[in-house]
Order: sequence, then structure tokens, then C-alpha cells
Amino acid sequence: MSQSSSLWSDALRRLFKNKAAVAGAIVLLVLIVLAAFAPWIAPYPYAYQNLDLGASPPSSVHLLGTDVLGRDLLSRILYGARISLLVGFIATTVALIIGVSWGIIAGYAGGKIDSVMMRIVDILYGLPFIIFIILLMVIFGRNLWLLFLAIGAVEWLTMARIVRAQVLSLKNQEFVLAAQAMGVSNFAMFKRHLLPNILGPVAVYATLTIPQVMLLESFLSFLGLGIQPPMSSWGTLIKDGVESMEEYSWLLIYPGLTFTITLFALNFFGDGLRDALDPKTSE
Amino acid sequence: MLGIFLRRILLAIPVLIAVASITFFLVRLAPGGPFDADKAVSEQVLKNLNEAYNLNAPLSEQYFDYMTGILVGDFGPSFRFPGRSVTELIMTGLPVTFELAIYSMLIALFIGILSGVTAALKRNTFLDYIPMSIAMIGICVPTFLLGPLLVLIFGINLELLPVSGWGQLPGDKILPSLTLGFAYAAYIARLSRGGMLEILNQDFIRTARAKGLSEKMVVIKHAMQGGLIPVVSFLGPAVAGLLAGSFVVETIFQIPGLGRFYVEAAFNRDYTMILGTTIFFSFMIVFFNLLSDIVALWLNPRSRDT
Repeated sequence: MSQSSSLWSDALRRLFKNKAAVAGAIVLLVLIVLAAFAPWIAPYPYAYQNLDLGASPPSSVHLLGTDVLGRDLLSRILYGARISLLVGFIATTVALIIGVSWGIIAGYAGGKIDSVMMRIVDILYGLPFIIFIILLMVIFGRNLWLLFLAIGAVEWLTMARIVRAQVLSLKNQEFVLAAQAMGVSNFAMFKRHLLPNILGPVAVYATLTIPQVMLLESFLSFLGLGIQPPMSSWGTLIKDGVESMEEYSWLLIYPGLTFTITLFALNFFGDGLRDALDPKTSE
Repeated sequence: MLGIFLRRILLAIPVLIAVASITFFLVRLAPGGPFDADKAVSEQVLKNLNEAYNLNAPLSEQYFDYMTGILVGDFGPSFRFPGRSVTELIMTGLPVTFELAIYSMLIALFIGILSGVTAALKRNTFLDYIPMSIAMIGICVPTFLLGPLLVLIFGINLELLPVSGWGQLPGDKILPSLTLGFAYAAYIARLSRGGMLEILNQDFIRTARAKGLSEKMVVIKHAMQGGLIPVVSFLGPAVAGLLAGSFVVETIFQIPGLGRFYVEAAFNRDYTMILGTTIFFSFMIVFFNLLSDIVALWLNPRSRDT
């Protein structure tokens, strides 16, 4: 692990060789830019209604057509990307913070604390979390930030396990023992010695968590328990599309296609990153 | 071996009690009374309502009553369906959801194991690439998109199959089961491929081949037993996913199962129904996790000896 800089440059080189991963990364970058600049790129405001027009098929004025209320579908997909990607990143960050701290503490403390903390993770693993999220949304109202927190709070379990395993394998290595002998504080130990060495697996798992989180959000939105109108995420667009798919199939097909392509891109990029970093051999 | 099982089962009991308690108090935390959303009722009526639903008793007593009720399978009355108990509603929906889950799982196991094992045996040929690419699609296309797309193609455009219902028209069970089963077929295909690849490289497989067993015997009798352990371990957690999937599939296809009842209860703020079904789902999931752990342990000869 001493050659950490060459580990990363090696990984980067391997990542660039993987065509699927590079394609995934490009798609993601384009999407992030489009989402970030949606107010300038989108041809219409997302709530702008043209009731006279109604649902119209794709044309040169409305590239992807309009929905039942005459709202431009392309604009709505672009604005929906903001919410969907935001949920993906924020909820993953929440999961990352909880999971990494939990895993580091459990792995580093060891003994009784470790076994109690990991037993808690085991127990939580066995519970129906989707149902608890729905319960929370029903009880506390359908609040966007609560949704982020709730999704993040259930996705940290695997992260905690991965981090703990990494810390356990690092704990007895010479450089950690040396740092302990020199009286480095616990916080400095986490920051300087443990965190940099668990970054690889954490990055891989975080990339693979984003699509799961986005699926969860769109699943809730599809059931009507997630994002509420007039805001739209890809999940709510698909829900609207399903309601009118018999006459206006484009309202289902384009949001669905966008969502699926994004999930593909995230999965390909995550898989590529995992192969490139290969946490199994870098341990 | 028996000790491990007993310890698992004993551990499950406090977990279930904790889940039931947390859910109970979470629902009590909900802002407003359960009858606030209705038309304004007079104070006397509200008092009678609270009386009828045992909401005037001290919280500790309500909690105690509820927990002892669960022990005998009584989840209390429904707030939104007067005169019907939550247990009754669960028992109406459960057989439908159970049937849907069974069909989906059978489809998933059949397609998943067949394509996963074939892919492992014919590694790096088109019999490996094509099923695994389809599996990737199965993982990336969410159920709530696949279902409507299947309806659009087979129900509306080709007019081959009914678009909704359960057991009313011939063939109306096909699309829901396929929709729910497809994602699991994809996961199972990946897991069985991985498990088989690992097993096929081991010495005892070489021994079996060396002693002249036919390839069919080697695969079916020796490799699959160990190679499919990951699939068995996956089946327990998959029940949780099947339940969540049933929320979507039963909503799309208008199937009167437990999943749809749950989503409707969530919309109607039918607190007792939500409380009861949440606890019931948790019990089922804990039970199936336990079951799949035990079967996986029993299948693995290394853990059987200890």
C-alpha cells in the first residue's frame, strides 16, 4: 500500500482501457452538465403549460413531444434529471458518511464494541427497509429532505461492512502500529492513515450505490410516495407516462429510456472502477 | 450445527419484538389523530370513536394490548374499513400475493439457473455473453418500467394477453409474474454463473471427471450443489424485494393483493393497517432470511461437519 500514487495511476490507466466504463463516464458527465444547466438549456420552463396543445407527439417545436397539459417533455426530463441525480448523490453521501464512520469505528475499536456494532448491522440487514421508508413518508409527510435522509440511512449497511473489513486488514500493518507507537491521536489516525487506504473500495461501492438509491427514489415516486408535483423526478415522469401510455406512448418511452441509460452508465462505470481498482488484490 | 440454528432462532425473537415496538411508537408519533382527515365530527362522536379504537387508554396500556394481540394474530381493527380487522384484510390479500410471488420465483429460478449454469459451462462464448447481457438489462430496467412496457407490447399493441386483473381472464397471471420474476432471473443468473465458475475449478470436480463420470453427472450431481449456494443465500433477502416488487406489480396490474392494500393504506393514512402490515411483513422477511440461512448452511458440506 506504500505505492498509493501508482495504485491510482494504474487504476486510471486500466479504467481508460475499459470501453464500457469510459462510455458510462461520458454519458454521466453529459447528464450532469445538462442537469446543472437545465434552466438555460431546457427549451421551456418545466411547469409551462400549453393547454390548447395538449399531448402532442415529438415534433420540431417540442423535440420529445408534450404531456397531457401541453408541457414540453424534454424540458421536464432535464429538470427531472436534477432531482433524480441530486437524490442519487445526496442519499449516497449520507450513506457514505454513516457507513464509513461506523465501519472505521467498529474495525478500529475491535473486541466487544466491534461485535455489538456489527451485530446491529446484521440485524438491520434482515429488516424490510423499503417498508420503513414508506412508513416514515406516511407519518412525517412527503418531504424531499426526509426522503434523502431516509434512503441514505438504509443504504449504509454494506458500506459499513466493507470499510470494517478493510480497517481490520490495515490495523495490524506496520505503518499503523508505528503511528500508534508514536502516539498519534485517534482522529489523526483516521484521517492520515486509515481513510486514504480505504478510499478505493469506498469509491467503488459509492458508485454502485448511486443507481440503487435512484431506483429507490423512483420506486417511491412511482407509487406516489416520493417526489410530489409540480416537481418531477424521472420516477414521477414514468408514473405519469404509465397513466397515459395507451394513447401517448412517448410519455412513457422517453423518460424510461433516459432513466435506463443512466442506470446502465452508472453500473458500467462502477463495474469498470471496481475492475480497475480491484480491491480484492489491493488489500 | 443445531446450536447455530437455535441461536439464530433465539436472536430473531428480540428483533421481532423491537421491530413491532418501534413501528407501534412511530405510528403513534404521527401528527394529528387518525380521524382528523374526515369531515368534522362532533366531540361526542370523536370521543366514541377513540373509545371504540381503544385510543383513550394510557399509551403503555395500548402498547401492551397491541403486543399481546399480535401473539394471537390480532392486529386490531382497520381505521378505514369499518367493521373489518387488519388480520382479515391481510388474510384476504396474502393468498394472491403469495401466488404471485411463487410464480415469479419459479420463473426466476428456472430462467436464472438455466442461463447462469449454461453461461458458466460455455464461458466466453455467445451462450455466455447473450444471457449475461440480458441479465444486465434485467438489473437496469426497473420493475415499474418493465411492467408497463410489457403491457404496452403484449397487451395493447399485440392484444395477446390481458392488461390487468388476477384470475379473471385466461392468461392474466402471465404478465405480472413475468414482470416480477425478470429482475430476479437476472440476479440469479449472475449468482449461479459466479458460483458455478468457482466450483468448476476445484479439485473434486477434476476428480469426478477423472473417474469417468459423464459431464451431465459432474454438473448436476457435483457442481450444482455447491455452485448454487449463493442462489440459496439470495432467496431469503429476495423475499423482501419480492414484497416491494409486489407493491409495484399489484398497482400496475390492479391485483387485489397485500402489496396493493399496503400502498392504499399508506395513501389513506390507515394507521392500524400500516402498522399491522409492516409488522407482518417484517415477520415474514425475518422468517425467510432465517430459512435461507439454514438451508444454505445445510447445503454447505464444510459447515455441516462442525
